[in-house]
Amino acid sequence: MVGALALSLAACGSDPGADEPNGEGSETAMDLSGDLNGGGASSQESAMEAWRAGFQGQYPDVTVNYDPVGSGGGREQFGSGAFSFAGSDAALDEDEMATAEEICGAGGVIEYPGYISPVAVAFNLEGIDTLNMSPETIANIFAGEITTWDDEAIATDNPDADLPSTDITVVHRSDDSGTTENFQEYLNTVVPDVWTYEPEGIWPIEGQESAPQTSGVVSAAQAGEGTITYADASQIADLGTVAVGVGDEFVEYSPEAAAAVVEGSPRVEGTGEHVFAYDLQRDIEGTYPIVLVSYHLACATYEDAATADLVKGFYTYILSDEGQQAAADSAGSAPLPTSLTEQFLPSVEAITAG
Amino acid sequence: MTTTDSPPAPAAPVRRRRSSGDTERGFSRTFRWIATGSGALILATLAAVALFLIVRAWPAMTASSAELADAVPRYPDDTSFLAYVGPLVFGTLLAAVLALLMATPVAMGIALFISHYAPRRLAQVLGYLVDLLAAIPSVVYGLWGIAVLAPAVGPVWLWLNEYLGWFPLFAGGASPTARVLATVSVVLAVMILPIITAVSREVFLQTPKLHEEAALALGATRWEMVRTAVLPFGQSGVISAAMLGLGRALGETMAVLMILSPGFLYSFNILQAAQQQTIAAYIALDFPEASGLAVNALIATGLALFVITLAVNMAARAIVARRKEFSGAN
Repeated sequence: MVGALALSLAACGSDPGADEPNGEGSETAMDLSGDLNGGGASSQESAMEAWRAGFQGQYPDVTVNYDPVGSGGGREQFGSGAFSFAGSDAALDEDEMATAEEICGAGGVIEYPGYISPVAVAFNLEGIDTLNMSPETIANIFAGEITTWDDEAIATDNPDADLPSTDITVVHRSDDSGTTENFQEYLNTVVPDVWTYEPEGIWPIEGQESAPQTSGVVSAAQAGEGTITYADASQIADLGTVAVGVGDEFVEYSPEAAAAVVEGSPRVEGTGEHVFAYDLQRDIEGTYPIVLVSYHLACATYEDAATADLVKGFYTYILSDEGQQAAADSAGSAPLPTSLTEQFLPSVEAITAG
Repeated sequence: MTTTDSPPAPAAPVRRRRSSGDTERGFSRTFRWIATGSGALILATLAAVALFLIVRAWPAMTASSAELADAVPRYPDDTSFLAYVGPLVFGTLLAAVLALLMATPVAMGIALFISHYAPRRLAQVLGYLVDLLAAIPSVVYGLWGIAVLAPAVGPVWLWLNEYLGWFPLFAGGASPTARVLATVSVVLAVMILPIITAVSREVFLQTPKLHEEAALALGATRWEMVRTAVLPFGQSGVISAAMLGLGRALGETMAVLMILSPGFLYSFNILQAAQQQTIAAYIALDFPEASGLAVNALIATGLALFVITLAVNMAARAIVARRKEFSGAN
């Protein structure tokens, strides 16, 4: 029912006249059936899981497949036409956009950030729940330059905290991970002179502790006193968290503050009508700057009418309040603010066959 | 057999009955083919695995180090392929050998207790329990390792590092999370305990009663009897049991992956984080995001593991074969 509501709402948002048959939401809803194949970023996997379940619950005849092959694989296979839709932790670059436009044809490519998740910097110190840290301090800790918790750099920002002289143990992801890449991208953007490493999915520094997957780093951090790590904010359990310095203030992570980063960042100019790529600004006051932003990709036109309807229906569901809430509940992502979904929906709604 | 067959004169009817009845007819024939086929299948499978590994590893082994450094995420710049596999082989062997050193004495103790000390009923229950250990999936051992064992042994490792740090194995800084090779070795030791125990127990039970009774009759205590009669007899069996265990320890993936903080060094510091990595865990860790030449490189490390395991098993066979004449079996 809610999906039908979303469909009809979406229809209103774009052009009620042109989409008259869709105005009857529930009728078209009944018609959706078939297989929809996509894949890409593994960061979206648990959110996709929720979206697939929700969407398939509404349309029992529909099967949505999402193959978490990684962002690069997702972009590649979307460009080759193997995936009807894709998820990617990075926006398409110029070459990839050209390839994708060839596949998609005249209508062009639809690209919008559909999955935003705050990455928390979490630590394990007896009796301390939160600490303020500037980006320089965070970078220095993870680079191994600051080695004890009572270091002056930490103490200055936390005059009230009773910091122990424990050694800092950095725990990073041992596997190839989008979270690692995003975290490094943040450090590299904000404090490039401290974090000089090229951001990539594999941690660049050797000799530090590590563990596979988010649950692994969290349990490793819990196992040792004085550990610090970075992880998907929804998964950090009872670890203490860092309020990250943005400008002159320190911001605790929250889904809203994370989504606000995208909201406050400028859209990249000179791209297609339906391409919502953002140049993330990591220094907007009041926002939580360490976010994982993952894009959704689709074509504005599909050769096959059934595919067009399925993609349109699925993406409309994702952008609906229900879809956003489902992802927030199961993956801990930040629900997209209405100001953003209102911008994306007309593009999704414009998906046609032809 | 043949000598007893030849003397009697009326050989012809026997032969006829034989050719008509008990060889190569009906099910007997089918069964022979099934058995032969099964035997051949093992060889074919082994050959297929070896062929697959070699074919898929070939591109990585012949690529230049620059190409590899470009394609493989953790490939260090300007190193040959052997220098890249080397630390992995080292880590794999170190973890497995440490596990073996811990597990074998304990397993022999358990096996001797079951075979020669425990009352019959207790021995049965105990044997059954040890076999049950083998049924626990390795992912459960991994979970147990990070959730229970690591926090428990952490203080022990810190103590070893502080007071026995002069000993090469305990040198370096001990990790506060205990996700180190020492912990991995303990978990591996527990995992290979059942197989070594089970095989050793069977071997010890087969010690000829006459040998044992002779030793006791000469005035030996129970321990002296075990030392002079049971252990020499079981020696080759225990060695092959240990090698079976070593094979499992070498290939263990999940538990290592979950527990170890990996590193790529030739380091004996088993209490320090990020020093060693095993081949199996390395493949499992990097395969999900690998593509192209990186996959070939991972398979090439798998080939190295295959060769090591093969070598270990052949060495075990050789030892067992050589010792056979000296054991009490004859």
